[in-house]
Amino acid sequence: MTPLLSVHDITKRYGAHIGCADVSFDLYPGEVMGIVGESGSGKSTLLNCMAGHLRPDAGSVVFDTRGHGPRDTVTMSEPERRMLSRTDWAFVHQHARDGLRMGVSAGGNVGERLMAVGARHYGEIRSKAVDWLDRVEIDAGRVDDRPTTFSGGMQQRLQIARNLVTGPRLVFMDEPTGGLDVSVQARLLDLLRGLVRDMGLSAIIVTHDLAVVRLLADRLMVMKDGHVVENGLTDQVLDDPQHAYTQLLVSSVLQV
Amino acid sequence: MIDLSNVSKTFTLHNQGSAVIEVLNDVSLTVSSGECVALTGASGAGKSTLMRMIYGNYRAQSGAIRVGGVDLVQSEPREIIQIRREVLGYVSQFLRVVPRVPTLDVVAEPLRAVGVGSDEARTRAKELLAQLNIPERLWSLSPTTFSGGEQQRVNIARGFAHPYPAMLLDEPTASLDAANREVVLSLIEEAKARGAAIIGIFHDEAARTRVCDREIDVSRFTPGMSSSSEAIGQYNESAA
Repeated sequence: MTPLLSVHDITKRYGAHIGCADVSFDLYPGEVMGIVGESGSGKSTLLNCMAGHLRPDAGSVVFDTRGHGPRDTVTMSEPERRMLSRTDWAFVHQHARDGLRMGVSAGGNVGERLMAVGARHYGEIRSKAVDWLDRVEIDAGRVDDRPTTFSGGMQQRLQIARNLVTGPRLVFMDEPTGGLDVSVQARLLDLLRGLVRDMGLSAIIVTHDLAVVRLLADRLMVMKDGHVVENGLTDQVLDDPQHAYTQLLVSSVLQV
Repeated sequence: MIDLSNVSKTFTLHNQGSAVIEVLNDVSLTVSSGECVALTGASGAGKSTLMRMIYGNYRAQSGAIRVGGVDLVQSEPREIIQIRREVLGYVSQFLRVVPRVPTLDVVAEPLRAVGVGSDEARTRAKELLAQLNIPERLWSLSPTTFSGGEQQRVNIARGFAHPYPAMLLDEPTASLDAANREVVLSLIEEAKARGAAIIGIFHDEAARTRVCDREIDVSRFTPGMSSSSEAIGQYNESAA
């Protein structure tokens, strides 16, 4: 089986400071990988390097494209990369307002991504948008409302609908449940879990919440000071952590 | 079906003075299809640890753990997930579920995961829940609010939904009343009859004598019979 994403020796420095260093892994179709670590561990830098938001200083990010097979997205042209991020890739930001257009209606936010890949028929775009609002549990009556009138949890669900409407194969998520109430978080996780499985998505989820990765991720990578210190099956890394830092991380979680 | 050779396990507690605790040393055992083997030994001997290692939940320091011919010690996460989905079932002592998912779907999920259609999976789930005396009015509710005994029975129903060729059972009859205990024992006997290789921990001696073909005393693999090993396992479980 060809990996969907093959990351090789990714390094990103900010001057003398290391963002992330020598990160390599293969992600296979349908796999969900979590990346955990404290703030400053390099997990968001790594995610942004993989998603094409940051240019790594070294290394390659090879994606198995639909049309042309495995291609290094670091060296491909900007228009090609932009096309990927509108079709086969999706990026869910921690703050929904970074991933939404706040001045455009909810339906428009979902429809815009469809139009970006060539959809032109207004009726079809609108019905697809309404269908997706329903799938993320937003009432169809809100389709013409702007996201500014939505709660935080609704904005996050709208962002997910906007991202998934084009049927991507790989979703990058940066702290998707950060800043939400726990009850809203549970609902969102439940939704994400269902979507990931039904659509057979591969996903890379950056978070500092171990409960989130236990629920969503098949495998886990632990980062500290820009380096990967441990990786493996999620429940194995959490229940039998091998590295000193992972042991500290796991034992630091408060019990409810 | 399940084959362990020269497996050993140590826990290194980096944040507690790098204490190294040897839990199991040089474990070799084989369980064939249609056979049920009981793990015995005092509390702390490493029974649950061994079971978790066979499930790939704890990492082995050395040796090989083969289930259906695949060595889990050397496998990638996706390969272990595939083995767990298709070959190796595990009934743990505690039910761990996703919030908000109805009991019926919790039980049907292992079947859905191997590609069984929704109706067929739900029909099988209903049979098992009825057999284990879970009242029908509870089926549409999440098991998170159920009593301990009900949760355990949901866990067992889930564990027996898919006919796994290999199964691990951690105290499946603990805290069950006589009627439900009888149901669980007959489920185990049915699984054996269809050729499942089973490893179980049973503190219930009568149950053990009835369903198990032989016993393996885990304390003979325990270096110096360290009594702290059980506590370490629980520490990890609750911390996560």
